[in-house]
Amino acid sequence: MERRTFLNIGTVAFGSMLIPVAGRAIAAEELLSPMAVAAKKALADTALNAATKAGASYCDVRIGRYLNQFVTTRDLNVENVVNTESAGVGVRVICNGAYGFAATSDMTPDGIANAARQAVAIAKANARLQSEPIQLAPVKGVGEVSWATPIKKDWRSVPIKEKAELLIAANKAGMDGGANFMQSMLFQVNQQKYFASTDGSYIDQDLHRLWAPITATAVDKTSGKFRSRSGLAAPVGMGYEYLDARPEHKIKAAGGVATLYTKSYDIVEDARAAGRDAKRKLTAKSVTPGKYDLMLSPEHLYLTIHESVGHPTELDRVLGFEANYAGTSFATLDKWQSKKFKYGSPIVNIVADKTTPGSLGAVGYDDEGVKTKEWNIIKDGILVNYQATRDQAHIIGEKESHGCSYADSWSNVQFQRMPNVSLAAGKKKLTPDEMVKDIKKGIYIVGEGSFSIDQQRYNFQFGGTLFYEIKDGKIGDMLEDVAYQANTQEFWNACSAICDERDWRMGGSFFDGKGQPPQISIVSHGSSTSRFNGINVINTARKIG
Amino acid sequence: MSILTQEQTKRITDRVLSLSKADECIVGIGGERAGNIRFARNAVSTAGLTDDTTLTVRVAFGKRQGTASINEFDDKSLEKAVRRAEDLARLAPENPEFMPAVSKQAYKASNTFVQKTADIDPEIRAQAAAYAIEACRKKGLVSAGFLSDSTSFQTIANSNGVFGHQAATSLDFTCTIRTADGRGSGWVRRSARDLARFDPREAADVAIEKALRSVDAKALEPGRYTVILEPAATSDLLAFMMNGFDARRADEGRSFLTKTGGLNRVGDKLFDQQVNIWSDPWDPLVPVLPWDQNMLPRERQSWVKDGRVADLEYSQFWAKQKGKRAVGSAGNFIMAGSDKSIEELVANTRKGVLVTRTWYIRMVDPQSVALTGLTRDGTFYVENGKIKYPVKNFRFNESPVSMLNNIEELGKPTVLGGDEGPNPMVVPAMKVRDFNFTSLSDAV
Repeated sequence: MERRTFLNIGTVAFGSMLIPVAGRAIAAEELLSPMAVAAKKALADTALNAATKAGASYCDVRIGRYLNQFVTTRDLNVENVVNTESAGVGVRVICNGAYGFAATSDMTPDGIANAARQAVAIAKANARLQSEPIQLAPVKGVGEVSWATPIKKDWRSVPIKEKAELLIAANKAGMDGGANFMQSMLFQVNQQKYFASTDGSYIDQDLHRLWAPITATAVDKTSGKFRSRSGLAAPVGMGYEYLDARPEHKIKAAGGVATLYTKSYDIVEDARAAGRDAKRKLTAKSVTPGKYDLMLSPEHLYLTIHESVGHPTELDRVLGFEANYAGTSFATLDKWQSKKFKYGSPIVNIVADKTTPGSLGAVGYDDEGVKTKEWNIIKDGILVNYQATRDQAHIIGEKESHGCSYADSWSNVQFQRMPNVSLAAGKKKLTPDEMVKDIKKGIYIVGEGSFSIDQQRYNFQFGGTLFYEIKDGKIGDMLEDVAYQANTQEFWNACSAICDERDWRMGGSFFDGKGQPPQISIVSHGSSTSRFNGINVINTARKIG
Repeated sequence: MSILTQEQTKRITDRVLSLSKADECIVGIGGERAGNIRFARNAVSTAGLTDDTTLTVRVAFGKRQGTASINEFDDKSLEKAVRRAEDLARLAPENPEFMPAVSKQAYKASNTFVQKTADIDPEIRAQAAAYAIEACRKKGLVSAGFLSDSTSFQTIANSNGVFGHQAATSLDFTCTIRTADGRGSGWVRRSARDLARFDPREAADVAIEKALRSVDAKALEPGRYTVILEPAATSDLLAFMMNGFDARRADEGRSFLTKTGGLNRVGDKLFDQQVNIWSDPWDPLVPVLPWDQNMLPRERQSWVKDGRVADLEYSQFWAKQKGKRAVGSAGNFIMAGSDKSIEELVANTRKGVLVTRTWYIRMVDPQSVALTGLTRDGTFYVENGKIKYPVKNFRFNESPVSMLNNIEELGKPTVLGGDEGPNPMVVPAMKVRDFNFTSLSDAV
């Protein structure tokens, strides 16, 4: 609706690109001036006192300062550099057994106290419609603590010129490699989050994330055909050091078909390869549809894990709170209660965590002040747990929250969001090159492509970035027009091999949407290269006009 | 206070322009008051109200640009914003594709503001939710939904004498009704500028009926079917396709509208004769602001006329390269239909599938705009002019270009806000042959 246009123009006005992250544009030097912790504590206490005085039995306060910088380039031009800031306070209360929430950008004592009182008034109004009182799993107050993403180089201190030159160098390499058009971007995020609650917690967190997506496009004007290849690096919860590429962080894909990256990223090298691959795609063989054994690289499989395991095991979806938007879930409570639901084959172990270093979802405490941890969702193929927040823990018999609460801004209420959800590495020694040897008719897929799944997460279809034929134990020609379709349970039960921990690495999403009004979240998913037997592959090529 | 008057914003923009020492200065002020209510499991889950106003200043020294924003409007803050933008512009690299600010324009106002919508209060929102909740409680059904409404304004000005100010309102309602046993699901969407055009009882009743009718769906074999697509089933597909009407991408060879040999397909007959698609900022059903984000005036523009590609969208830069006149980018899309109801389309169908909505649509191949997605919340088998029984949901792999080539009959257009595109649309129901369903989904 037009409303979105208003919002976009109001936030990053007149840019050549509308960036889907809220915030006001600010000068670079202002990025490095954090608010004093003592001042945040005083403001938080103001809200806590105002809320309890107004009748709240519980109150939490989130004081947020969200800083973003975007650098966008096309070919040899810098298209835009935008710094944005969004700061304010969100107050959540429980009163008469119901939630109330109010947020304000007025960070004066009066402004924050007013927001607290407004939240209590909303809770009192909502209590009339409440069917049962909110029940929060206990959290012991942690006093005054802090947590920060362990970074080596703060993106805020790196000159714009250096960033622009790196992206332009990548674009040039891509065009030298064979692309007709190149795009590269830097998304850089710093979230300064302060949380306080009537449980006695005052938690100060400083979070950093970074993403450097690239796209190479090759065009054949004589045939009118065009093909693109995106980058193979993950977005990360790291500092700018991620872009200081180190040789020990490069690995070769099976058969040497691509260079892949672990803890740092050579964007120029990947761009050059992207240009070359985009050009090769113009003449690649179109896939013959049928059943194939799929060998899925972590750069691809993360998205399949996200959609087919991450979302269906969100407890709010299972319960029906997302029924009107993102949907519900096939992984219903009865399946979990049976303790026999075979989500996957016995080698499938899916672990949830919000602590993995370098992951997008890593924080010390969630947005309800719960210390983050790791737990099993699927153990030896069986569904054993979900992802829960404080008000959901009792539903699945847990004594404490999983720490899955997240809000994408100070102005939005926190709710259940996915932690990092990952496939554990295989227990037997196995490399991708060894995995290929046992496949007679297969396809090796590297990198993400199109993705779609139904509202209860049964039927899905995924594309990819690079496809290679596997024939009689060897990697062969590059393929095109590949997508695979499966049912979630059948797919994970067809998992027949998983490479060991030497091959384990993460992919991730910067823009995972959920909720109404919609909120975006960030999440990483790790895996090793994995094999899935007998999956249905379709040919996606079509003729029009 | 998020909603400012024209007089208030004129004073602010005049002040900002007078403070700037740059070669050119562009000012935008946007304000919005947005309310919402969300419900699920037959109870309200959240309700909120947000309020914000932002001033944005962009300046240029030659081809170097800087942008700054602020939400305070005293003289000191305005000066700070201007100086900040100027500092950024001096540091910024030159943009070789820089286009100067537009010259003074006369914008013809569009009717984007309706007082009745601006007056929506928490009580009205609660009533909309309450009807669905209470009806479902009585019938043993489970409701979930979301109503959002917005009152906003936008002011634009630049150092060439441009000034525009206009207010707007909107509302969007979606509701999903499920049977308690999870075997049936129905959905409805209603979008409007004017609250008077929104009837929450009518909307909830549609979703309730779909939910009850969709219980015990049978499985049909995937394949190519004649389909009757309700407007919400095609709006997102069309949004993906209209995104490809960019002249630069077509000319550079990166669009389905690229022609072999390096030309674009303007003038080509790419769709069925019945297909007509245009944009019109003054359309009474979906009025939008009469300027775009670059302050260029919007015009009524035809994109597809009688099945032929009529025009493409040119950015200022690309228009200059190609010797075209730059026009404001489209703010809405309208597709022509007929007066026929969905019931009439069903009555004229011997064998087919009626689709309420589509879901999770993603691009599979930009070369052909091949999209994949699923049906959801009410899919029915039609035989000899009647809905016979509900069927399981399908995944489709289809291009909207092929879909618009295979039209048998068009129905009555409906106003819709899309999930995948930012523009409001008017889309007719369509009866289309050979729609490509590739697999079945167990999802209800």
